[in-house]
Amino acid sequence: MPNAHEAGIFKRQRRRILLAAILLVLPFAVDGILGRGWLRIVDFAMLYIMLALGLNIVVGYAGLLDLGYIAFFAVGAYCYALSASPHLALAFPQLFPDGVHLSFLIVLPAAALLAGGMGVLLGAPTLKLRGDYLAIVTLGFGEIIRIFMNNLNAPVNLTNGPQGISRIDPISIAGLSLNATQRIFGITLPSVHLYFYLFLCFAGLVVFVSQRLEKSRIGRAWMAIREDEIAASAMGINTRNLKLLAFAMGAASGGISGTLFAGFQGFVSPESFSLMESVMVLCMVVLGGMGHIYGVILGGLLLALLPELLRHSVLPMQQALFGKTIIDPESLRMLLFGIALILVMLYRPAGLWPSRVRRRELSSDERPDETA
Amino acid sequence: MEIFLQQIINGLVQGSVYALVALGYTMVYGILGLINFAHGEVVMMGAMVSLSALSLMAGLPPLVSLPLSLLLAVAFCMLLGYGIERIAYRPLRHAPRLAPLITAIGVSIVLQNLAMLIWGRDYHSFPQLFANHAHRMAGAIINDIQLAIVVAAFLMMAGLMLVVHRTRLGRAMRAVAENQHAAQLMGVDVNRVVSVTFMMGSALAAVAGVMVSANYGLAHYYMGFLLGLKAFTAAVLGGIGNLRGAMLGGLLLGLIESLGAGYIGDITGGFMGSQYQDVFAFLVLIAVLIFRPSGLLGERLAERA
Repeated sequence: MPNAHEAGIFKRQRRRILLAAILLVLPFAVDGILGRGWLRIVDFAMLYIMLALGLNIVVGYAGLLDLGYIAFFAVGAYCYALSASPHLALAFPQLFPDGVHLSFLIVLPAAALLAGGMGVLLGAPTLKLRGDYLAIVTLGFGEIIRIFMNNLNAPVNLTNGPQGISRIDPISIAGLSLNATQRIFGITLPSVHLYFYLFLCFAGLVVFVSQRLEKSRIGRAWMAIREDEIAASAMGINTRNLKLLAFAMGAASGGISGTLFAGFQGFVSPESFSLMESVMVLCMVVLGGMGHIYGVILGGLLLALLPELLRHSVLPMQQALFGKTIIDPESLRMLLFGIALILVMLYRPAGLWPSRVRRRELSSDERPDETA
Repeated sequence: MEIFLQQIINGLVQGSVYALVALGYTMVYGILGLINFAHGEVVMMGAMVSLSALSLMAGLPPLVSLPLSLLLAVAFCMLLGYGIERIAYRPLRHAPRLAPLITAIGVSIVLQNLAMLIWGRDYHSFPQLFANHAHRMAGAIINDIQLAIVVAAFLMMAGLMLVVHRTRLGRAMRAVAENQHAAQLMGVDVNRVVSVTFMMGSALAAVAGVMVSANYGLAHYYMGFLLGLKAFTAAVLGGIGNLRGAMLGGLLLGLIESLGAGYIGDITGGFMGSQYQDVFAFLVLIAVLIFRPSGLLGERLAERA
């Protein structure tokens, strides 16, 4: 007869196996029921979840408000775009007559390192800044990166400016191209399915790292800094190094998802890295429940899928109700999206699925961090 | 030299608009400690409403229709500001710090798309009501509209300073900014003060919106975004929460931008052109914040009070 503790472990294990099984058949279910277009949307949602989890390290754990997070996504994406496409042949025809075509497995760690380095570069001068000042500096940083990508097509054509870089090599691992239908163990896997599993692996990795970090010494130190930086440093926490580490870890995760994005989409342009995208990722983190991994995943999933759901429902609904299109569906969809953001925050200010600690803090009447 | 003077004039005009909008950000921040992300959209709404009013009153003489439409835009934006605060911010006053930021973003998305539904995606041109004379000053040119913008902006800023420092209402505002609870205990109606603050900021935003669209001759549903971003930058540059800081930051940002755009090509030997104008503004901001972490005129508060 197993005791209560063991029973709990068994139950958790059963739940984990069930979740894994669901995730494994998910692409087939989505493809079969909703169609391939929706599976592509789910793939993008996975990328957004990775981004949101990365930002969660910076904002949720360490409490550093970052409004330029998408810049690291951009760094990762351009890293892969430049090192796995014919583009550089334009700028350096002697050096790279066919462009550069490095393997995904080489570019990925390099992009993560580069993005992490950029994170430290951004973090170092801003260590002294408080909340909202930090927000505006990170916002400025994000815009600077975007403007450079928009304009670095002259005098040397590095980024191809607003047109972006196209014909990026699809991701291929060990000679297995993810852009073609493959047969593995007798199962036919179309390209979108393959990408789904790839993204699932990386999302799982980010979740795992986040979970381990949260429970580690580092994670607890981050949360101490988030709650009260002065008290944390008085307790012997090296706030400078830990804040830099938070920036670096978050940025590296953004760089990884950027690389995956470039390989999946086959095309990158500065348009994908606007301030609105940073804001969107921040919304995912806050709306889901800052600092809570499952909450953030939920937030990312919802905010990535909701606009698409609205896109597919707004037009037919109008036609069913009035027989014609009265309101421009594109703005109506964003209008409803904005209203949803407001309503969720009004009724669940701590996010849809806050962590237990956070909920406990909020339910007490005392608000210790009321600044005068 | 003439180019230099011309860039200074352009910078002053742009800077006074930034300053007016920055005041709205900084007033709200000073009182609630909240970034009112939707403020830029209020500016846009002001511009759009005044344009619609002007086109409705096309038959009237411009001396009647212009002030009337301006008034209408101001009144509309004051209502809008009041409504935004009531719906999106007041219920969240004791919520976690980032919750009102998200509702602010939501309001901003809603207003932008509402404007797109009402006024469409096109650029609207601002009617030319008066002959816009150009004046030559030591080789540089300033026209009537630009002159009016600078003068009006300075008058409004002076008026705001008078209200904040010389009236009962202003004293209440400063008290709430200093310590909300203590002010409440002294009999200040905090909710009323917050509402009035939002309305004053929105009124300034409406005027700024009309100024921008008159100066460029254009209005557009998306115009609030970048303008709001720049004005917010200006407010932070000057030290957010500080009125004089917002004015100084606005004017400085305008000057930096126009001088930067004018000379960046010479400085970098043609490598970077005026398309890097925004980079320049943000770089200066970052540099200032590294050396003065709470802005130019910001108080040196302890990291956590």
